[in-house]
Amino acid sequence: MSAGSRLDRPSLGWNGLRLLTLLVYIFMFAPIIVVVLLAFNSARTGSFPMEGFSLQWFGKLFENDSIIDAFQTSLVLAASSSLLATALGVMAAIALIRYSFKGKAIINNLLSLPLLMPEVVLGVALLMFLKFLHQPRSFLLLLLGHTVLSLPYVVLVVQARLVGLRQHYEEAAMSLGANRFQTFVDVTLPLISPAIVGGFLFAATLSFDNITATLFWKKPGIETVPTKIFAMLRTSISPEINALGAVMIVITILLPLIGGYVVRRLSRGR
Amino acid sequence: MVKAEHRPYLLLTPALLSLALLLIAPIIFIFVYSFWLRAANGQDIPAFQFGNWQSVLGDSFYWTGLRETFFMSALTTIACMVVGYPTALFLARCRFGNKALLLFLLFLPFWISYIIRTFAWINVLGKSGFVNSALMWLGVISDPLKLLYNDFSVVMGLVYFQLPYMIINVYVSLDGIDRNLESAARTLGCTPWQTFREVTLPLSLPGLGAGSLLCFVLAAGSFVTPRLLGGTDTLFFSQLIYEAVIGQLDWPTGSVLSLMLLVSLALIVAVYNRFMSLSDIYRSFAK
Repeated sequence: MSAGSRLDRPSLGWNGLRLLTLLVYIFMFAPIIVVVLLAFNSARTGSFPMEGFSLQWFGKLFENDSIIDAFQTSLVLAASSSLLATALGVMAAIALIRYSFKGKAIINNLLSLPLLMPEVVLGVALLMFLKFLHQPRSFLLLLLGHTVLSLPYVVLVVQARLVGLRQHYEEAAMSLGANRFQTFVDVTLPLISPAIVGGFLFAATLSFDNITATLFWKKPGIETVPTKIFAMLRTSISPEINALGAVMIVITILLPLIGGYVVRRLSRGR
Repeated sequence: MVKAEHRPYLLLTPALLSLALLLIAPIIFIFVYSFWLRAANGQDIPAFQFGNWQSVLGDSFYWTGLRETFFMSALTTIACMVVGYPTALFLARCRFGNKALLLFLLFLPFWISYIIRTFAWINVLGKSGFVNSALMWLGVISDPLKLLYNDFSVVMGLVYFQLPYMIINVYVSLDGIDRNLESAARTLGCTPWQTFREVTLPLSLPGLGAGSLLCFVLAAGSFVTPRLLGGTDTLFFSQLIYEAVIGQLDWPTGSVLSLMLLVSLALIVAVYNRFMSLSDIYRSFAK
């Protein structure tokens, strides 16, 4: 029987599903398109109606030092915290995939614990704990916090990619006389590099995007891009925010595309 | 040389250590702190007394906050179910050639900054936002509707954020169903609707359950969405925590509130665990 019989595709019900799905896609993209549209609006209010085409808000953006600073902070933070999270996460994922050992199920659950925990609670708890230890809010707190927030995701993403990997290549290298270190550098590392890059990009995106916990952990005066936008929104929605939003949208859409490309290249090179 | 049986533990140590220090120790710490005494001068003195717990749990304001938070999270979850399930069904069953592209598009907004996706709704729902401008231009309304800064816009923003989670969970579940089961049901005389109700829906319940749990828990813990899109009377629990800790610098109360949210969400996850074992029975029935 063909696949078509299941839901009688040309029926009213199927067309209803099609229409609903179309509406969902419009729902998902309309707000984003509105932001990009308004970024090019020459009006000063940052809202409708569209008065004319203008690039001035983008120019304003690049003159605004505090936004450039926020970008720098965000990039450094995302790069460093995701390096840390990737290092920790890849090791943990290798242990969970390659070995069977006592307590594995518990450790697996423990590692995914932060996934379901409200970020506010995590933010408050870590802030209070470190203040109690006389550690002020600092970049270090942000770095450690972001690392722990993205760690479970890295473990999950890398685990998913490692599952399909067979150990024959490593066994072959060892039997051909490579020592454990050589095997790791020359065989294992190239094999798992797509997993590592995937995990790193995921962690970097999470860190770059994080706002709730960052609001608790950041030192007053230091802003990441999301907290900067948050602070700007307090006054009113200016066309500059829409321009910043449009820039961020372009960056964040390009990043996964490039990342996907790199991962594919790396896996093909295997 | 490290013994082979120690190797996995060695590999796990850095990750577990950082979780222990940065996650578990802080949670234990706020638990301990919730019993400390807040002196009149604002100093917190190590103690073991239930004053903080009594004053929070005895205050109906906080219970109202918890109820409102859960109510709006439940609304969000139901909206995601009602909209997300049929969408996932279409995506799983359509014969559109480029299905990977459809799924990719669904996840594209995921990569876009959460705060931008949230403030985008101000542009859509605001007084001179897209909806009001369009409706006024069409002459449907003469005065802008109040769509923003109320509970409606909060739920809208939350649904916008959670919907892809729901769709992907249901999709994975639907995609994993052996299609022969549906064909068999049809051959044996089920109508399409019966086939859906008796075969497809029960088999996809684990996905629907997982998606709903994720929606609810993430919504109930959200902070930025209600803060940006909510009105002055929007009462979200995470904001009460923020207000206590950052606004009032009242750490003991903040600790109690954090634990109150954490424990109530943990209870919901525990209840879900029971419910999901039920649907596993469902699944074993089908097999």
